[in-house]
Amino acid sequence: MKSIFDEADEIEIRVRVNGVARTLSVPPLRRLLDVLREDLGLAGSKEGCGEGECGACTVLVDGAAVLSCLAPACQVEGTEVVTVEGAGFERVQASFLAHGGAQCGICTPGMIVMTRAWIDACRRDGTEPTEDGARLALAGNLCRCTGYGAIIAAALAAAREERA
Amino acid sequence: MQVSAREAMVHPMERFIGRDLARPDGPAKVRGEAVYVADLRVPGAWVGGTVRSDVARGVLRGFERDPAFDWKRVTFVTAADIPGENVQALIVDDQPVLASGAIEHWGEPLALIAAPDVATLEAALAAVRPRIDPVAPNFDPELSTRVFKSIRIAKGDVDAVFGALPAGAIVVEGTYRTDSQEQLYIEPQGCIAWPPEADGTITVKGSLQCPHYVRKALVRCFGIAPESARVVQMETGGGFGGKEEYPSVVACHAALLARAAQRPVKLIYDRHEDLAVTPKRHPGRVKLRAAFSGEGTALALDADVLFDGGAYTTLSPVVLSRGTLHASGPYRWPSARIVGRVVATNHVPYGAFRGFGAPQTCFAIERLFDRAARELAIHPYALRRQNALVAGDTTATGQLLEHSVGSMQVLDAIARSSAFDRHAWCAPRAGTGAKRRGLGMSFFFHGAGFTGSGEEMLKGRVRVDLLPDGRAEVLAGSTEIGQGTDTLFTAIAAEALGVDTLDVVLARPDTARVPDSGPTVASRTCMVVGGVLEQACRTLRSRVVESGGTWRERARRFLASGGDGSVTVTYASPAGVRWNDATYQGDAYPVFGWAADVAEVEVDVDTCEVDVLRFWTAVDVGHALQPRLVVGQIEGGSLQAVGWAQREVITTRDGRFEQDRLATCIVPTTLDAPRFDVTLVEVPYPHGPYGAKGVGELPMDGGAPAVLSAIEDALDLHATHVPATPERLLALLEAASATPVRRA
Ligand code: FES
Ligand code: FES
Repeated sequence: MKSIFDEADEIEIRVRVNGVARTLSVPPLRRLLDVLREDLGLAGSKEGCGEGECGACTVLVDGAAVLSCLAPACQVEGTEVVTVEGAGFERVQASFLAHGGAQCGICTPGMIVMTRAWIDACRRDGTEPTEDGARLALAGNLCRCTGYGAIIAAALAAAREERA
Repeated sequence: MQVSAREAMVHPMERFIGRDLARPDGPAKVRGEAVYVADLRVPGAWVGGTVRSDVARGVLRGFERDPAFDWKRVTFVTAADIPGENVQALIVDDQPVLASGAIEHWGEPLALIAAPDVATLEAALAAVRPRIDPVAPNFDPELSTRVFKSIRIAKGDVDAVFGALPAGAIVVEGTYRTDSQEQLYIEPQGCIAWPPEADGTITVKGSLQCPHYVRKALVRCFGIAPESARVVQMETGGGFGGKEEYPSVVACHAALLARAAQRPVKLIYDRHEDLAVTPKRHPGRVKLRAAFSGEGTALALDADVLFDGGAYTTLSPVVLSRGTLHASGPYRWPSARIVGRVVATNHVPYGAFRGFGAPQTCFAIERLFDRAARELAIHPYALRRQNALVAGDTTATGQLLEHSVGSMQVLDAIARSSAFDRHAWCAPRAGTGAKRRGLGMSFFFHGAGFTGSGEEMLKGRVRVDLLPDGRAEVLAGSTEIGQGTDTLFTAIAAEALGVDTLDVVLARPDTARVPDSGPTVASRTCMVVGGVLEQACRTLRSRVVESGGTWRERARRFLASGGDGSVTVTYASPAGVRWNDATYQGDAYPVFGWAADVAEVEVDVDTCEVDVLRFWTAVDVGHALQPRLVVGQIEGGSLQAVGWAQREVITTRDGRFEQDRLATCIVPTTLDAPRFDVTLVEVPYPHGPYGAKGVGELPMDGGAPAVLSAIEDALDLHATHVPATPERLLALLEAASATPVRRA
């Protein structure tokens, strides 16, 4: 749906989304979140605030966690975008199910993508995944249902399983 | 999560009850496939927006619409376009769907606009100005003369007790204030409405807790029969009471726009609008005066409860009811007088939030117990234990407690897990460091189900139908909002039918299909609706007498032989439950849940910032039918309570909430959350399904007083105002350095 970010002339953007190469014609400042949800029909990324405060819209851009409500479409030119619908989240998703990490589920896609980013960062930096590390990594993702205990347990279990 | 001691009875015969099932709604949620209202793709849908009052009180004289804007591009709806009554149907008909004359609060809806896209909508909203003659508003509940509801509860002769206190007795007094709190479900409010079909049927899909409440509102607003309003609950991203009554407003607005625009209209609030205009917890002021014997026996309680209801009645009478009924705490008072009133101001209407009036009064009585403990030089744990209600006692309303009274069990359990009973609370400590630690406790109960005769009047119904393939379909109006209704109903149905969970299917809450089970509120879904479901399943099971083969084969043979595979059961109160709404005497609730909390805090002495490090809780839920869900409710609710205790600030200025975005409307993050230690205690309730009673709201009640009790231990400060922000604590510290507090 057209919003104030969509007023400039469209530009062409090449991006891979969940492994598929796309060429999109979009206004340069159109929010990545809208591109994903509305133009590409990928509604897994959620909008909890639209201003970078809740983390529900988190996606991976070239492997780094990005708040898609703050990222303009022009910034993802030439990148690889992965949403919760993409590949590579299976173990994290299973861990969230096993630990009761999803209640109402609205924060869950963002939590799962962020957990993936954290596990990858631990591996890349050679750091041990710890509870404190998980809490720090997920501090930008709000959940009002769980009290976070089950989410942290799920993230930690997934990280440790992947190491094993 | 850590379930440190399950005091559960062993139920070797139960296959699904007491054993964690996989959430039926889980896989779709973790894959991002669950469909919330904003995810619905509706071809041709327009977007809706609301024209609101920019003053807290006034008279609407009309609208100035900028002629430079092409109004043919949008649909504009005012009160004059309402086909039925201009009433937001709930308890009292005082709130209009759209204001037509008097305006009672900032942000009040005055007109609606639908447009083909967000940019056009925003241009239209900017091109209209309501013409309002302002009227002086009142924001002070103490000065309000409009009372939505007043309640008086009396037991014994309080004045006589205070008039002739025994030697050595003490009187403790205090005024306890609690500020508002935002539910902060992460998915904002939203609905999509379709224009009336040829037969007049209106359909609304939305994020909501109570589809039948929304249907009732549409029926009045459109002047149509109940069958002509269809309400479907989409996946709902949190509610906590915030989606109890307010979705009816969004639904009526969306449906009015859809009717006028003759196309589907999506009305989804952004976070700013949601924070600005949706109901929050009632601010409270509770004055208490209590007498204790010199040995610490509670003698008499005098309580005065005042809630700010905001501009319209909404659910305030029921919130006040629960507030006053919990004002005496889980304690044995030979004499008690509780008076309460909830009054009108020109604040945005306050409404339902988990706990529903009880957190405000529970906070007051628990702080008073801490104060009394210091005066009496009795350990706060011991003082609570000494006065705790036990089976055979009567409450302030004269309710005889017979079943499932887990008071001593939760006190025992919290002592075991936290060792608070051996903690030298508020004893002078050596430490002079920049950070001080403290421990504090609370003890509380929460009535499960509707107050008084509420369940009798609701007559919640559940239907179970055999499908042609032999599976059983559960049809209930109860909604899954994250708490685990779908998992729970699957477990209860499979257990009661004696079938596999795959033989059970759940109907989506759609008023065109499911009976009215009553609202998904008041900790009633498991205990009340779950109980009705259990009965329906048992009845169906007893009908299918065919033998041999699987359940589905037997059920198919039963249907083929002409058997009636549909069972509807309506809730009936357990025999002997009596309640008098006029005198507020009798059985206020079918049963209570019981709990005790202990919080550990670390306070920075220079900045007064409070970090809640650990949180122990022991909770009597009757029987934990799905332990992981129960623990999830307890941890989630406890964190909301901990947040309210010290960091969730909600303030108003000229009738407007000042916290209008997530950057200022603060809720706890992973770094703020304490480590939880949950002990489930099980004292079964004979009239609940498999012994269960409600748990949804209970954990909201005890967190704030436990945290403030811990702050008192750390800083030697008796804070009486929630949230205990650093600013408030610093002010108290400064005042205390002038007049040192006596150490008990
Ligand atoms: S929607 Fe992007 S951070 Fe909240
Ligand atoms: S599960 Fe509801 S917000 Fe996290």
